[in-house]
Amino acid sequence: MSIELLAFYFFAFFAVLGALLVISLRNPVHAVLSLVLTFFSMASIWMLLRAEFLALVLIVVYVGAVMVLFLFVVMMLDIKVAAAREGFIRYLPVGIGVAAVMLAEMVALLGVRAMHVAPPPSAAVMGGQANVVWIGRALYTEYLLPFELAAMILTVGIVAAVALTLRRRPGVRHQDAARQVAVSAHERVRLVSMPAERGGNGAQP
Amino acid sequence: MLAELLLVLWTLAKVLAIVLPLVIAVAMFVYWERKVIGWMHVRMGPNQIGPLGLMQAFADVVKLLLKEIVVPTNANRFLFFLAPMLALVPALAAWAVIPFSDGLVLANINAGVLYLLAMTSMGVYGIILAGWASNSRYALLGAMRSAAQVVSYELAMGLALVCVLVLAGSLNLSDIVTAQSGGLLHWFWLPLLPMAVVYFISGVAETNRAPFDVAEGESEIVAGFHVEYSGSAFALFFLAEYANMILVAFLTSILFLGGWLSPFPATWGLIGHGSFFWLLAKAFVVAFLFLWFRASFPRYRYDQIMRLGWKVFIPIALVWVLVAGLLKYFHIVAPGA
Repeated sequence: MSIELLAFYFFAFFAVLGALLVISLRNPVHAVLSLVLTFFSMASIWMLLRAEFLALVLIVVYVGAVMVLFLFVVMMLDIKVAAAREGFIRYLPVGIGVAAVMLAEMVALLGVRAMHVAPPPSAAVMGGQANVVWIGRALYTEYLLPFELAAMILTVGIVAAVALTLRRRPGVRHQDAARQVAVSAHERVRLVSMPAERGGNGAQP
Repeated sequence: MLAELLLVLWTLAKVLAIVLPLVIAVAMFVYWERKVIGWMHVRMGPNQIGPLGLMQAFADVVKLLLKEIVVPTNANRFLFFLAPMLALVPALAAWAVIPFSDGLVLANINAGVLYLLAMTSMGVYGIILAGWASNSRYALLGAMRSAAQVVSYELAMGLALVCVLVLAGSLNLSDIVTAQSGGLLHWFWLPLLPMAVVYFISGVAETNRAPFDVAEGESEIVAGFHVEYSGSAFALFFLAEYANMILVAFLTSILFLGGWLSPFPATWGLIGHGSFFWLLAKAFVVAFLFLWFRASFPRYRYDQIMRLGWKVFIPIALVWVLVAGLLKYFHIVAPGA
């Protein structure tokens, strides 16, 4: 048994364990952290497949940004733990049905033969290039149009999200940094020259 | 099997050879910080323990290790103890891809810069979980501020890295350094001057250091996310923060200041050749800036931090990505040998 195989079993065990914990833990924060564990283990498995670019992007995007925001939402919500458990038995048949359909689809997609035949080496390995170089070249030559289209769709999504939540409220005072910086002393402070006050109850020296 | 076992042991030895000096460097950096800030305040700084107070940091370590760890009532015990470890592990793991000298690197991987981004983005979990698991309002507020700040500045930092990648044409940190060879004017600080500034300031913000330390602003929320931590659990946060600072100093030196390369021509003998000591000297100067900032600037207000990140740094970085592309396209900046 080589070290690579050992590492695969190690990461696969934690990926499956994390996935099981996501749906079985009572505390939603713990569940989110289990999902992080699953992502991280899967990224490690991709790393073993020499797909280092995808593995690291999975960590940067999903673990580093998406799950952080997710964790925040879950922490801020006051989720009733008991309420989330209700109806587990009632929805169980539907859940099993969905799981069975997904399993059937996956088997149909990958095929039973794929489990017995060794997968072909990836295109990057065949091209004798680093994974990063190969993906970059493929994205910007062969798949340029789909790539740019995906970028456009994401941009539209961002603009739509901003437009949906943007409300102009009249009468709200905002800071204008440029105007604050442009201010000069004589606009804020007025220096007056006046004779020194004498006598009376003035301050004692 | 035996050969593989030996490889694992050899790698472990190399890991220790990086982590142990790093921990000692953190201790000495803490001492240096207190000394420098003391001098800037016209004070003495630590001077009682050991010659010149040099043993002060180690005395502090012993003190922290011997103190009791107090767990707040209703805290989530498991996450409360997990959080400091989650903060420390990425801070140490990121050092795996740092090239200390030509060929002197633990893991010379192709996607080194991406690995660094992945590791630094993991560090935020320790802070968030510490804030939440402590069951304290101050801690939660500190964690919220910190997470929003780290996620926002990661964008500007990533774009600054993109400029470096465009000019170097590689994601491998050793290749990035060799792409800068050819003397002081070939280092990337010159074509990417705004990006070097953006990168370093984002690094200061990412490590939650002054003037971006709203996450632990002691005048408002006592100590932020680690307010409930004491003893060795606090020491782990401390270690993680300083290891990250030193990491940012090394990265700024590697990405923009030519890494281990010497600023002098190769004919100058010993000082003309690149070596680990050049990298150390550059990182030391950059790390000094952290302390200088802390002694000089008042803390930013939270909304000002957000404005600086989103409305100033990201537009500058977006424009400079274009500039870097043009510089590369017209061969104005060609990577060195």
